[in-house]
Amino acid sequence: MSTHGHDSHHATTTSSGTFTRPLIELRLRVNGIDTVCVVHPMARLLDVLRESLHLSGTKEGCGEGECGACAVLLNGELVCSCLVPALQAMGTEVTTIEGVAPSLATLDRVQQAFVDCGGAQCGICTPGMILAAKALLTRCPQPTEAEIREGLAGNLCRCTGYTKIFSSVLRACQADGATTEGGER
Amino acid sequence: MRIRPQGKQPRQAEKQPSHSRLAGARPQETDCANAQLDAVAATQALTQGGDSAYDSGVKIDAEASALRAYAIGGSPPRREGPEKVRGQALYVDDLPADFYGTGEVELVHGVTVRSPVARGRLRAIGFLPGVPWDEIVVVTAADIPGQNHIALLENDQPCLVSGLINHAEEPLLILGHPDRVIAERARTLVRLEIDPLPPQLDLDDSLRRGTKPDAGPNDVIWGKDNVFKTFTIEKGDVAAAWAGVDVIVEGDYETGAQEQLYIEPQGMLARVRPDGSVEVFGSLQCPYYVHAALMAVFNLPADKVRIVQTETGGGFGGKEEYPSMIAAHTALLARKAGRPAKIVYDRLEDMVATTKRHPSRTHIKTGWRHDGTLVVQDIDFRLDGGAYMTLSPVVLSRGGLHAAGPYACDHVRVRARAAATNMPPHGAFRGFGAPQSVFAIERHMDEAAAKLGMSEIALRKKNLVRDGQTLSTGQVLRERVDMRALLDRALALSGYEAKRARYDEENRRAAQGQGGMHAQRRRGIGVATFMHGAGFTGSGERYLASKVTVDCDATGQVHVRASSTEIGQGTNTIFTQIAAEILGLPPDAITVVRPDTSQVPNSGPTVASRTVMVVGGLVARACQQLKTRLVEAGQGMRLAAAGYRPQQFRAAVQAYLAQHGTLSVTTEYEPPPDVQWDDKAYRGDAYATYAWAAYVAEVEVDLVTYETRVLDFVAVQEVGKVVHPILAAGQIEGGVAQGVGFALYEKVAWREGRMANGQMTNYIMPTSADVPPIRVEFIEVENPRLRGPGGAKGIGELPLDGTAPAILNAVAQATGLRLNQIPLLPEDLLAAYARAGLENG
Repeated sequence: MSTHGHDSHHATTTSSGTFTRPLIELRLRVNGIDTVCVVHPMARLLDVLRESLHLSGTKEGCGEGECGACAVLLNGELVCSCLVPALQAMGTEVTTIEGVAPSLATLDRVQQAFVDCGGAQCGICTPGMILAAKALLTRCPQPTEAEIREGLAGNLCRCTGYTKIFSSVLRACQADGATTEGGER
Repeated sequence: MRIRPQGKQPRQAEKQPSHSRLAGARPQETDCANAQLDAVAATQALTQGGDSAYDSGVKIDAEASALRAYAIGGSPPRREGPEKVRGQALYVDDLPADFYGTGEVELVHGVTVRSPVARGRLRAIGFLPGVPWDEIVVVTAADIPGQNHIALLENDQPCLVSGLINHAEEPLLILGHPDRVIAERARTLVRLEIDPLPPQLDLDDSLRRGTKPDAGPNDVIWGKDNVFKTFTIEKGDVAAAWAGVDVIVEGDYETGAQEQLYIEPQGMLARVRPDGSVEVFGSLQCPYYVHAALMAVFNLPADKVRIVQTETGGGFGGKEEYPSMIAAHTALLARKAGRPAKIVYDRLEDMVATTKRHPSRTHIKTGWRHDGTLVVQDIDFRLDGGAYMTLSPVVLSRGGLHAAGPYACDHVRVRARAAATNMPPHGAFRGFGAPQSVFAIERHMDEAAAKLGMSEIALRKKNLVRDGQTLSTGQVLRERVDMRALLDRALALSGYEAKRARYDEENRRAAQGQGGMHAQRRRGIGVATFMHGAGFTGSGERYLASKVTVDCDATGQVHVRASSTEIGQGTNTIFTQIAAEILGLPPDAITVVRPDTSQVPNSGPTVASRTVMVVGGLVARACQQLKTRLVEAGQGMRLAAAGYRPQQFRAAVQAYLAQHGTLSVTTEYEPPPDVQWDDKAYRGDAYATYAWAAYVAEVEVDLVTYETRVLDFVAVQEVGKVVHPILAAGQIEGGVAQGVGFALYEKVAWREGRMANGQMTNYIMPTSADVPPIRVEFIEVENPRLRGPGGAKGIGELPLDGTAPAILNAVAQATGLRLNQIPLLPEDLLAAYARAGLENG
């Protein structure tokens, strides 16, 4: 749901053309890169990422924090970026799906497991689902199936029935380190 | 049935929680380098056939099939998987304005102004102050250069209303502005003057009023009698058959509207070229449906309309018809604004405005002998089609053709009707009418068993159809069918018989207050046996005459061209497997071309579980012909008929191109000569083949909260050759989860013809915490009659048919109630207990 380009006369890029209050200089670290953008303080972090920073891997499924397609890590914690106002992201460290893979040639073990086990079908929930899995595995490196079900319950998937997603997360626990795309595993 | 596992179980699989077990016939320890050898071996295995009895079936573990070979029966990684897990796949809302070389950097964002009433006459449109209206592009019906309708079966649905409003949320006008916030605000400042008319919101009411003798203009809202389509299937002599029965069973069954709820909302990006040609990029299942619709709206020839599918975040039927509407709106806006336009719905708009599964009502009356023999079935099947015809007649066909179930019965009548109402048009949703009618017949079978004093298993086994017998249309089953074997396997996997007996006992004790800490808990286990016709109904495939092209460029790269879309189900991967296997090439040598009407022929819509069986078959045939052409050309590097290296293939292609200029093969669907269907009489081979299945659900009902939880699920099916075991299991698991929602969670709250709960917070779909463990098993049957690649049949829709009735049959055991309506939410169950309490005094 982008609006105008960032060079527009509104000097902002996030659905805020008609906002009248002053804009802020938002400073945050995104995928390891210090970033500054001028946005309305109540602009959604989702729009800041997608429109100001052109990180379109973060998706909008419902816009009200129910589906988890917009999930990102904010200071390591899983949040729905559609519910986070820009001001709240000031000075934080944000990880989006674009920041998960260690390099252009390799996938993170969770990403690789989703490819191998059929954890992604249409792919629209996948970025949020992978970040939810990353958050789960950080706090619980060897989850049980019940813990996986609980850990992913905030991320909706309409394609898979979740079964292959559970397999993917378990596979990722068994894997260590990054693997090359299409490599052995 | 004897099942023997082949190949050793892989280590990873032992640690899997998924319980998924699948059939497949491929060895496990394989990598990319061996892909071609495997392909050759697989081809030989496929062409040799072998004995084709059920007991030759082999079963291996799902994850064990995660081999790298791009052979049919292997499970190579999804082709576009890496882009999807990286977040690099581009969905329509991710495209910048100049993505397809439009040369523009600023878009105009469109919003749709919709009717607040279910029926009325639009008198005038006013624009209230508050936004700079001179900057806003306003598109009305008067801006349509061609026909003001969305072309489909009957051109009754306007693109934008010009007078009579026939349902709530019907599109009236489009507003566009470069700033989406301004466009949104403008939407709230449109003043509509509408003279309301009384709407018809009930399907039976509409059928009754449409045919009453003194029907007036408020009674007849569509055509001459409010009926989109009606047909009757007749077999034997139903009227006379009642004389020979011992027991009659009757029941009424209802299913509700269900939202497809793909996670990517619908959206389109459009531009109009200086020459007036129209290009649309977006989230859709059927590029040529949109193409036909835009040709009519813009009055343009075929070559002046181009439709491109962007990555699509789920469809399930929901992106079959409605994308034509959004594409037309977006392109009209682009035309008037003179720059690219984009319309992306938010979740609320997507849910309230786009199509849903047809609500249904079914009355079934059956006659039985004391020994459980099914003598006669009389079925009345009705669908609420909503305000316009869309695809209702076809949905009705599939529903009616599945209504009698997979049972041998000499005397059958199925009367089917689709009614017009002033509800938003209902449309395609995975299963396409069959989940509705299968729910009815499978609940009815359990009720009949209870009345006959037989077990529901024995009753099914006595009546399940076999090869050589006929279905309701008189279709003789010439393929191998052994439903009893599927049922036995599902019973064994689920421990059905023992659990059924134990739950009866536990529920009885609990009801007597002997349940201890579980006094408020009831459990049940239920079954459904069913079939799903693969491909288009009746003569559909004959009319479609689908085409696929396979060609090679100068680098030797093979391009597979079809309009069949990847919507998550695996089209890219399956087509690659088929082409790689037949051409003996690695997957990288195959490009599955993105569906773009300027680049691909019309291989038909991506619906009806037809992509693998029908279109995959065309891909296979085209690849075979291309290979034959290269081999027979016999110049340059000689290409052996069997066994060559990719470099040799490339050299042969280059030699061929040097001499002939192009190397391209187009194949067209050829109707099997022995498949005969009579559209008028509803007699004959309704489908070329069927998938067959037996599902078992186990549930727990909490009598404090009235929640029903599905504890375990077993899905056993025969779908012909399983081309990709992981994708196939993913189809079943995802379909079962949607079926759980259809049965227990997903309820549309209608208020005066409008959806009142168009949010994910109040329309509830299953989460990871709600789905049961789903154990999937495929029983493969070598079936020489099957024409899909390697003998594959359809799969995608099948799991929607049997899941809900299996669950409700389990809830019926748990509660002892007659529960014949879905969705069954806790409040519905509470009400059912209250009713039963009243009935029992």
